[in-house]
Amino acid sequence: MARIAGIDLPREKRVEIGLTYIYGIGLHTSQTLLQRTGVNPDTRVRDLSDEEVNRLRDIVDREMRVEGDLRREVSMNIKRLMDIGSYRGLRHRRGMPVRGQRTKTNARTRRGPKRAIGVRKKGR
Amino acid sequence: MSRSSKKGPYIDVKLSQKVEAMNSAGERRVVRTWARASTIYPGMVGHTVAVHNGKQHVPVFITEQMVGHRLGEFSPTRTFRGHGKDADRRTRR
Repeated sequence: MARIAGIDLPREKRVEIGLTYIYGIGLHTSQTLLQRTGVNPDTRVRDLSDEEVNRLRDIVDREMRVEGDLRREVSMNIKRLMDIGSYRGLRHRRGMPVRGQRTKTNARTRRGPKRAIGVRKKGR
Repeated sequence: MSRSSKKGPYIDVKLSQKVEAMNSAGERRVVRTWARASTIYPGMVGHTVAVHNGKQHVPVFITEQMVGHRLGEFSPTRTFRGHGKDADRRTRR
């Protein structure tokens, strides 16, 4: 069983794809890692030899910032922006888009589901 | 897109002259500026800069963490007063 960077063990998939299940490794990093360790990207995760798994684990542990560490770094960066009172920090606090997108419409990913607003016609 | 590193950071010349003068004289005074686009550089740490927001100068105390950001990031140009106040008034009537 391939266990790299903590709790990740996607079997049945090609290593190239399997590695991307680790937070912080996308397809591109996955491919470069496989090239550098000399592992064939087409082998299934379950078919990896122990030695290959070790080589991959070694390089990930040594050089990559993944999973918890990476998540912590990202949230620290956001926290920093909020603490110094910058505009980007303010936007994060409000849960609004940070990079100058329009908010007249859209921006639903950041703002969450629509809330009904405005006056109801009838009533009292 | 970010600025070419070949050019180095943009720092407002007049502002940095004033800050450097204060640094060598060892004084702390509030400097008013309109240079919102100017990058905050390490020499400015500890000073208070009043950054124009289009209407007034907002005093910004520069801390070490702010280095590398632009002055304008700390002086918001818009005031959001909230939505739906008119609607409230209409229902009350």
